[in-house]
Amino acid sequence: MTAAIDLATIWAFIIAFAVFVYIVMDGFDLGLGILYPLFPNKTDRDVIMNSVAPVWDGNETWLVLGGGGLMAAFPLAYAVLMPALYTPMIAMLVGLIFRGVAFEFRWRTTRSERNPWDLAFTGGSLLAALAQGIALGAILQGVHVEGRHYGGGWWDWLTPFSILTGLALVVGYALLGATWLIMKTEGELRDKAYHLGWYLLFAMLGAIGAVSIATPFLNIQYTQRWLSWPNIVLTAPVPIAVAGVTVLLLRALANRWDYQPFFLSLALFALSYAGLGISMYPYIVPQSMAIWQAAAPESSLRFLLIGVAVLIPLILSYTAWAYWVFRSKVRPESGYH
Amino acid sequence: MFEGWDAVVLARAQFAFTMSFHIVFPAFSIGLASYLAVLEALWLWTGREVFINLFNYWLKIFAVAFGMGVVSGIVMSYQFGTNWAAFSDKAGPVVGPLMGYEVLTAFFLESGFLGVMLFGLKRVGPRLHFLATVMVAIGTLISAFWILSANSWMQTPAGYAVNADGQFVAADWLKVIFNPSFPFRLVHMVLAAYLTTALVVGAVGAYHLLRDQHLAGPRVMFSMAMWMATLVAPIQILAGDQHGLNTLEHQPVKIMAMEGHFDSHPNGAPLILFGLPDEAAAKVKYAIEIPKMGSLILKHSPNAPIAGLDTVPRENWPPVPITFWSFRTMVGMGFLMLGLGLFSLWTRWRGTLYQTRLLHIFAMAMGPAGFIAVIAGWVTTETGRQPFTVYGLLRTVDSASPLAAPAVGSSLLAFVIVYFIVYAAGLTYLFRLMAAAPHPGEQGPSGETPSHAAGITPAVGATAHGAAE
Repeated sequence: MTAAIDLATIWAFIIAFAVFVYIVMDGFDLGLGILYPLFPNKTDRDVIMNSVAPVWDGNETWLVLGGGGLMAAFPLAYAVLMPALYTPMIAMLVGLIFRGVAFEFRWRTTRSERNPWDLAFTGGSLLAALAQGIALGAILQGVHVEGRHYGGGWWDWLTPFSILTGLALVVGYALLGATWLIMKTEGELRDKAYHLGWYLLFAMLGAIGAVSIATPFLNIQYTQRWLSWPNIVLTAPVPIAVAGVTVLLLRALANRWDYQPFFLSLALFALSYAGLGISMYPYIVPQSMAIWQAAAPESSLRFLLIGVAVLIPLILSYTAWAYWVFRSKVRPESGYH
Repeated sequence: MFEGWDAVVLARAQFAFTMSFHIVFPAFSIGLASYLAVLEALWLWTGREVFINLFNYWLKIFAVAFGMGVVSGIVMSYQFGTNWAAFSDKAGPVVGPLMGYEVLTAFFLESGFLGVMLFGLKRVGPRLHFLATVMVAIGTLISAFWILSANSWMQTPAGYAVNADGQFVAADWLKVIFNPSFPFRLVHMVLAAYLTTALVVGAVGAYHLLRDQHLAGPRVMFSMAMWMATLVAPIQILAGDQHGLNTLEHQPVKIMAMEGHFDSHPNGAPLILFGLPDEAAAKVKYAIEIPKMGSLILKHSPNAPIAGLDTVPRENWPPVPITFWSFRTMVGMGFLMLGLGLFSLWTRWRGTLYQTRLLHIFAMAMGPAGFIAVIAGWVTTETGRQPFTVYGLLRTVDSASPLAAPAVGSSLLAFVIVYFIVYAAGLTYLFRLMAAAPHPGEQGPSGETPSHAAGITPAVGATAHGAAE
């Protein structure tokens, strides 16, 4: 029994890790799509696209790992959550289709001005980001479970709280996108990204604040988790660290240190994500299903764990290599297309 | 909207629709990735420019097709949860890890090296670039390995137990992975992917040869594609026959539906070539049949008894007309491919491979044949598994999510609209790329001239910026 408990906990961290890597990697990528309308100039748009064209596909693979891993390791949670999040999931998939094909299609259309795939890229990115944020909010507020099934209706996910988390994630991804552009571009494009970075940082802080204030009202468990003694000794460092990272980010933006803002924004995401973890653990479906209830039989957890242990380090190393190959600033004339 | 519809039927329609649109891209990219690896190897080995021109030509097409495969594939990986939640709960512990391994060993490998393959020749040099191409090609094959293992387990489950919660639990992972139908299905599908790609390459080559018989690129690709059809089509027919015998052993009811055998034949069954299967009347109307041939093919003996659907309770029948017709479509395509291969061999022997217009027209017409055969084959095997998701153990009606018809219907409608927009555009772009003949100095998706990449020619003008960094 002890072994099974350990395996479920290990797997909870693996899934959380996969989802976080996805957020880190596809977040800036979706953020670029969200910011796209603010860069109407075709040359700028080509540069923005080229800054992620070689890596976007790898970024989205982490989403497949998150989904596939959830099905393998926590099949019951996957079976309950997916129908509960039905509409946001379908919306996310539709969004990802449009933005994914835009990477190649926009170079293939003969209509070079007012490219329809630029609209698909923006719309798809925005829809996917919003849907992911809404799904997160819908999970946090809890879903209705009956036996081994989802027991609610197909609009239960839609609440003011889930809309709030949806918008918060859009803002967060946009911040990642802007700071990515600061790192990867030069000249006027970078100046504009710096300018956007300021606004988006404050919007992101507002979003973090709003979600943090709203979460304890969802359920008394969240309030106790964060504010009761002695938990507060462990939870208090999170907001303090957010304040610290914010100071560093402001300094980096003010001094125009190109590389810091992106990584500090990722740190903000990591802290927010840790906050989510503190709220949810050990539940995988908040308030109704702990990770041990949802975990797959030991033989499944053990079998896939071997692969994860061997392959994830390998995957991270060749992914790092791919980023390294394309590490330089992207210039209009050195376009891949 | 969709009130009063059957949610399970809508969910099945959604799976069939999204799967049919998805499968053509993996089938194409498995073959094309290997073909690209061969072209690049030939370029590195011989240094002939025609090979790098063809490589860059097909790489652009690969980039568009691969992107479409990726996005339609993400849909598949979430559909198990959205529409088939009960299946995910019960079969997830077995099927989930197989798909998890697919992601870890194949998807990451493909996507990790894809960027370098598409855009990185100049940055990493030809040898490392070739490594990236090979990794992508290997990734597509590993992907086929795992997903076909998962599918085959649903067809011929093995190595499992059932726990107190009603979940399938793997008792022996090797038996799960190498379940009885897996080796046959894997061989049949990989060969199908190679044939599908060869037919597309051959059709594009033929199209350009019809306009100009002297173009070097089209000549090389047409010749390569026709060799592939000549050699692989007969092997595929043999592999299909073996796969069929394996199905007879493990899923006899599927064979009954494929053959239209409603009645048992104690003294040798006929081979029904064509006819109209009528499920209600339990007979094939207007059947054109060859006596004893069915037993000869299935049991290799003309008088061997063969059981029919009359030995199976009706609630366990798969939909017979679909299975019957999709099977004939696949087999028909297979024999046409064999015909194309033999025809090309004959013209090659006579030295008129590049001049025989009839062959070129035939090859062009056969361009989509691989896709038709792949979809028809999958329809046969998946429909023939009904009414079960895990054959004999978990019924399709017990596999669906607890969703009302409007939810499933709306998402189906959304996917239909989105796929028609995206696929119409994608096919237009693919045809546009194929309509231009490959030419000397062909550029890849990166727009970089590859001879610079090899470091042979000094960087010239605006194309040199990437290498300077």
